[in-house]
Amino acid sequence: MKKVLIVDDEPNIIMSLEFLIKKSGYQTFIARDGSEALAIVDKEIPDVVILDIMMPKVDGYEVCEYIKKHKKLTSKVVFLSAKGKESDIEKGYAAGADFYMTKPFSTKKLVSKVNELMSLTT
Amino acid sequence: MAIEWIVIIASFAYLILLFFIAGWAEKNADKSWLSSPYIYALSLAVYCTAWTYYGSVGRAANQGLDFLTTYIGPILAAPLFWLVLRKIIRISKSLRITTIADFISSRYGKSFSLGAMVTVISVLAIIPYMSIQLKAISASFSIFSTKSLVGQGLFFDDTAFYITMVIGAFVIIFGSRKVDSSQRNIGLISAIAFESLFKLFAFIGLGIYVTYGMYNGFSDIFQSAKVLPEFEQLTSLGEESAYTNWFWLNLLSMLAIVMLPRQFHVAVKENGNENHLKKAMWLFPLYLLLINVFVVPVALGGRLFFVDQAIDADTYVLAMPLATNKPLLALLVYLGGFSAATSMIIVSTSALSIMLNNHLLVPLILRNNTLSNAFDNRLNTVVLRGKQVMIILMLLLSYLYFKLVGEKFSLVSIGLISFAGIAQFAPALIGGLFWKNGNKKGAIVGILTGFTIWFVILVIPTIISANLLPVSIMTEGLFGISLFKPHAFLGLEIGNFVAQGTMWSLLFNSLAYIIVSSLSNRSIQETNQSEVFVDIFKYSTNYESAILWKGKAFYNDIKKLLTMFLGKERTERAFKKFHARNDIQEGSMEADFRVVNYAEKLLSGAVGSASARVMMSSVVKEEKVNLQEVFDILQETQRYISDNKELKKKSEELRETSTKLMIANADLTKLDRLKDEFISTVTHEMRTPITSIRAFSEILNDNDDLEVEQREQFFKTIVEETKRMERLINQVLDLEKMEAGKIQFELSPLDMNEVLEEALNSVEQSVNEKGIEIEKLLDKNIPSIEGNKDRLIQVILNLVSNARKFCTKENGKITIKTALKDKHIELSVADNGIGIAKESQAMIFEAFYQAEDQTLKKPEGSGLGLTISKKIIDKHQGEIWVSSKVGSGTLVAFKLPIN
Repeated sequence: MKKVLIVDDEPNIIMSLEFLIKKSGYQTFIARDGSEALAIVDKEIPDVVILDIMMPKVDGYEVCEYIKKHKKLTSKVVFLSAKGKESDIEKGYAAGADFYMTKPFSTKKLVSKVNELMSLTT
Repeated sequence: MAIEWIVIIASFAYLILLFFIAGWAEKNADKSWLSSPYIYALSLAVYCTAWTYYGSVGRAANQGLDFLTTYIGPILAAPLFWLVLRKIIRISKSLRITTIADFISSRYGKSFSLGAMVTVISVLAIIPYMSIQLKAISASFSIFSTKSLVGQGLFFDDTAFYITMVIGAFVIIFGSRKVDSSQRNIGLISAIAFESLFKLFAFIGLGIYVTYGMYNGFSDIFQSAKVLPEFEQLTSLGEESAYTNWFWLNLLSMLAIVMLPRQFHVAVKENGNENHLKKAMWLFPLYLLLINVFVVPVALGGRLFFVDQAIDADTYVLAMPLATNKPLLALLVYLGGFSAATSMIIVSTSALSIMLNNHLLVPLILRNNTLSNAFDNRLNTVVLRGKQVMIILMLLLSYLYFKLVGEKFSLVSIGLISFAGIAQFAPALIGGLFWKNGNKKGAIVGILTGFTIWFVILVIPTIISANLLPVSIMTEGLFGISLFKPHAFLGLEIGNFVAQGTMWSLLFNSLAYIIVSSLSNRSIQETNQSEVFVDIFKYSTNYESAILWKGKAFYNDIKKLLTMFLGKERTERAFKKFHARNDIQEGSMEADFRVVNYAEKLLSGAVGSASARVMMSSVVKEEKVNLQEVFDILQETQRYISDNKELKKKSEELRETSTKLMIANADLTKLDRLKDEFISTVTHEMRTPITSIRAFSEILNDNDDLEVEQREQFFKTIVEETKRMERLINQVLDLEKMEAGKIQFELSPLDMNEVLEEALNSVEQSVNEKGIEIEKLLDKNIPSIEGNKDRLIQVILNLVSNARKFCTKENGKITIKTALKDKHIELSVADNGIGIAKESQAMIFEAFYQAEDQTLKKPEGSGLGLTISKKIIDKHQGEIWVSSKVGSGTLVAFKLPIN
């Protein structure tokens, strides 16, 4: 089963994402901040990471950069953030993101994006 | 070794000490205490000469209290220093005037004749005065030994001669090394200040010895002295006519304190700061008081002690310690008198040498074509060497006078006669300070009249008593005219002869000055000078613009002339400063009139104003000016100065306003930025609940097949998040209202312990359920305060909920305290969590601030809790603060005032 890592610090958002991803037929992993996320990324090498940006300790940009820097980590990264300014989005892509979505988000669009990225993975 | 040798060696050792002090002071001239008002006040005490030192006791022993007039006058005059002396100082500093001769000459149109007159009179009056200082040294020496200090043969085996020459060397080295006399001589002044201290110390030392060593204090001496037949006379003002004496003698010393060349020298020329006068105004009278405390006791003690012996009262101060076998004390007293004599000679010679040089020698050379051609390019050398030659000449004259005639006079009379001679400058000087119409002709006639009367009444009798003129003058009058009898001038016999001489000479002098001035006209230059002198406080900052000068002048010529006297470097520097200050373009060939005036002023410092005038006109081409032009330029200058002041004030105001604006602008920008940040944070904070609401709504909408439980949970979450939004919106509105001051709190008396309990009731259970212990340390005796109960409960709940969030996961503990602290009630809530770093503490009260290092991110709460709490506490005139250390928990406390 393909793996999706959900990284966010809001329990209710995690809950909704977990429901949506599981229902699409993927295995889910949960991280509540950046450092937890890094540990899971290294261990599980998820296919897709849904990544919040504003988190304590290590933020989303840093997690994304980490993933993209290490060759063995093939994960696709989708930013899901309340930061919606042009400059925030540019910064997200500069960090190596595959897609950037702002909160509040359309559940359908998110699921289809995750599916799309999954098809790119081997 | 014979005692006389010890005294001689001590005298020379003392002189060498003076050299050391002066040399040291010159090397350390930048030390601020050397330029302090204390040194200035001490230097004024050069007033107290050997005549004071020995003569006061002599006069007190023979005549009684009238010796005091010499000191009461200056003490009475001291409060006037601020009015008169400050004006003289301001004028002298603005115009670079260095002597009283230059002052009077400059006031009356830079007149050569007045400068020369003042110089000649000063020399005539002061030479005998200096010679009595030498006499005092020699007389005090002879007390020690039967041998005289004065050799009987030629001068080269005369110790007094050598002492005179060493003093001369001192003055040359420390008083006349600079061509420009307007520069201060810190070395010389420091030495004089030291001498003043030394003579005071020695005299008081003797006074204490006589009063408490030989007798049992003041009352003992006065009791014992009652046996003296003249006791009554010695300790009272004297008979009726004595009041006349007292008046005129006091007036005399009041004038002397400013007009004696040596006093002018220390008080004006060597003044470094007008404000030193403020201290000198009480320090100098204090000095005079101290040095006189023991005069009467010593005099009476001496009379009692030497009751059967014919000992000159002038020598009591030395004879008493010697007679009671205290040679060391006697030596100290001798050196004290020696210091009084040397300081007088040193300063008088310095002052008179400048006067002689600038008002006799230099004008002589300038006005004589042959001489001026001969010295054309060496005038600076003439000025410098001239002063030195004059110093030696003065000292030689004093020495000769002392050897040839001085031995025949007593100490006292010569001092007073000298004072009266110098007092003849008073009408011209004081009139010139305050009366614009006083003019040169008036001054000359006045001074000549006064001088003549002074000579007849006061000088001729002393010459007669030295057997140099026939006694018939005394009995029949000068030229056989009985009205000119010296001691019954105009047929009037009141007071003693000094009082008579002072009265008549000053009276006729003043009358002549006023009458002649009123009847004759001032020259244009005089008019200009008199305006500047009388209104100096209007012009002193801009003197150069206040003097009218028309003509053509070239920079090169002026610079060449100045360089000769000031040296290249000082000239360049002076011009540079002047240009910068007056906004004058450099590099032009022709100099404008301010530059000419400035150069003339600089030159005055070296050669005196009259000579400077002549020298300047030799290098520039001057045109005639008329009176109207003089008044125009004076008005112009005054306007310029007042405009300048106004401009300064205006620009000051402008600067202040613009600073205020800048601050206001910065505040606004900051507010603006804060508002922006606030809005973006609020909208951002709203995104989180909206995200959840939207996600779950979509899920519920798209999934009909959800299990009931899940369905319920999702619905519940939607409601929860909606409430969270509501809370946030309410708090934002709350905060906005409070910030705009729209909320009025209703206040009622509250017991904070009760308020606290009520707040805790609603949360205590849920807190305890999380395994967190609440500890309450309440002061039961706190008084009630005025407050809004609901708002304060809001604050407490907020603090408790924050504390709960940050408690350690296990063994969490919240400590709540109330206490009475210095008119305030303090309530604190502390957790045992991770604490807040110091740099974050100040910011936690800002909206939406979250300490960066926090692992928990607002599990609940809007991020506005503390901001609102702070507003509430502010509204109660209270204070809220945090104290925390990373790792050892956080304490948030507030205090409310007890009304």
